[in-house]
Amino acid sequence: MLTIATGNKAVAAAVKAAKPGVVAAYPITPQTEIVEQIAEYVTDGDLESQYIPVESEHSAMAACIGASAGGVRTFTATSSHGLLYMHEMVHWAAGARLPIVMANVNRALGPGWNTWAEHSDAFSQRDTGWLQVFVGTVQEAYDATLMAFKIAEDERVLLPVMVNLDGFALSHIMQALETVDLGDFLPPYHLPHAIDTENPCVYGPMTGPADYFRFRWDIERSMRDARGVIAEVEREFAERFGRSYGPTEDYRCEDADVVVIAMGTLGKEAEVAVDRLRDEGIKAGSMRLRWFRPFPDLDLAGREVVVIDRDYSFGFGGVVAHSIRSKTGVVPYSVIAGLGGQEVTYNDIADFVRNRHPGTETWFGVSDHV
Amino acid sequence: MSAIPKEEYLVKCTSACAGCSSSLCLRYVLKAAGPDSVLVVPACCTSVIQGIYPGTAMNVPVYNIAFAAAAACASGMSNAFCALGKETNVIVYAGDGGTVDIGIQALSGAFERGTNFLYICYDNEAYGNTGMQRSGSTPLGARTTTTPGGKPTGKKDLDRIVEAHNPPYMATACSAYPLDLYKKVKKALSIEGPKFIHILAPCPPGWRYPTEKTVEMGKLAVKTGTWILYEREYGKLTISGPSKAAMKRPAPLSDYINGQGRFKNLSPEVMDEMRQQVERNIQRLSREEAGVC
Repeated sequence: MLTIATGNKAVAAAVKAAKPGVVAAYPITPQTEIVEQIAEYVTDGDLESQYIPVESEHSAMAACIGASAGGVRTFTATSSHGLLYMHEMVHWAAGARLPIVMANVNRALGPGWNTWAEHSDAFSQRDTGWLQVFVGTVQEAYDATLMAFKIAEDERVLLPVMVNLDGFALSHIMQALETVDLGDFLPPYHLPHAIDTENPCVYGPMTGPADYFRFRWDIERSMRDARGVIAEVEREFAERFGRSYGPTEDYRCEDADVVVIAMGTLGKEAEVAVDRLRDEGIKAGSMRLRWFRPFPDLDLAGREVVVIDRDYSFGFGGVVAHSIRSKTGVVPYSVIAGLGGQEVTYNDIADFVRNRHPGTETWFGVSDHV
Repeated sequence: MSAIPKEEYLVKCTSACAGCSSSLCLRYVLKAAGPDSVLVVPACCTSVIQGIYPGTAMNVPVYNIAFAAAAACASGMSNAFCALGKETNVIVYAGDGGTVDIGIQALSGAFERGTNFLYICYDNEAYGNTGMQRSGSTPLGARTTTTPGGKPTGKKDLDRIVEAHNPPYMATACSAYPLDLYKKVKKALSIEGPKFIHILAPCPPGWRYPTEKTVEMGKLAVKTGTWILYEREYGKLTISGPSKAAMKRPAPLSDYINGQGRFKNLSPEVMDEMRQQVERNIQRLSREEAGVC
């Protein structure tokens, strides 16, 4: 069905279609609309789900852990400080191998209070064992949330998935949304290690170094296998519903001399910048990085690269720029832009490309080529 | 005791300290709960007592969870079972640190939401698992590794905090009275909604008394009126048998205090304050039971 919706409403609609048994919910701007919409679905009988209005995000993830282990599909949504507050349980969910799906509406971190888009919240959870996907449109927020359940619950993965969408820039922007009739795209929830009182097991007891180490390797093995599972699921989604996705969304990259790499809505903005630059005769392309964990293999050989980071690792550098550098060997021009919701237009992005200076870092509007 | 089933759900290979009363309690809790039960355990002595992977002393599913998260995890599990139409008992078995300190927010939230589960706090009045640091549940004057001069403030009144949530059932118990505990767990699990049992669980290494005196120490806590056994069903208070006599004529507090190294060298002022606290508690609960508030 074709409709229009905000990014938040699109996520909620996908959750309704996925029919989780338990949704744990705690409000935080700019995510609140997701849990409000789901509450409405449950109250109106459009979604038969146990809705747990928890007293904190730490408890939201703990409740998802208990419910997921108890044998039902689970969902929660958060943002910024909420994500940081649940950090301990974010690790726990992955370690316990639970296919929880969480929408994270990317927002800056205080102080000072700032509710606008930034990716530092999600990147602070980089090493937790969660899969992370970043979306750029309302439609993609819907599609990625649906696929997240299928990817997480695949027995070759059994890891939680975080669907990231930019605060306000996508969460509150209205675009066209085509909802789908899922059919049997999502199989019934089956967790091989669900709690079963007929077969009593102990979960997460004291574990010595040798076993603990094996369990960690098992997470990484599944992360590696997840690449193939993601590709399979995205392929199946394209066949069934006609919309294709991959580890990156490439725009005019085939013959590009310079490629802009960004995430989320800035990645969509970059496509417009690429058109402008092409009009000037600059052979530019845009590669919007969708999957951050597992990090995809990228082929950037022979190209110049401009990376826009809406985040920063203090004392080190832009997280995406350094990831690209370490994974591909390419030395990019690193632009730090859009922190705390700073406005970054396609003209600005075109300027980044025009004024690129590989091997240096620029804080947009603050400090050039440092 | 004949009513208590012979089946064991905590088998004889625990990693508990000698004389551990909380593992005795767990044994009776599980006998009362039976096999269709899941235990949710935050960081506490029971994290260790249950055994080391891949071995286990537990014969029911045990879900270990982070320190602050037991009640919230149980909340999700209880709702999942509800969604699946299962009637499995969800029981949190948590120490006092995980309950009165770091876990109290999750506990309060789960009770306020009316979660269908049983929360049991076994209280050894300190962080026992990490070697006896003070918790909010440590009593006045008690020496711990972080209150080497004795705790300057009193024990947090957890039961009155829980009571403020108006649960359908709450009770106190003590490891020295296993039949009383067994009956309370049975009754709690027969009631829908959030239930709470607070067990006093003396700890030989923490309280510094000989291991063979664990049962005696629990009995003295009750006989001196330091620990009062009761049930509160839908708000109505009933003092349990062993505490009825004790409240009328409590044994001298020194019988309880003098046997424990943690209360060594108490000043007369602190001792006096402890006596007054016991008396105030007895008075308060007696008046409430008699309907004179």
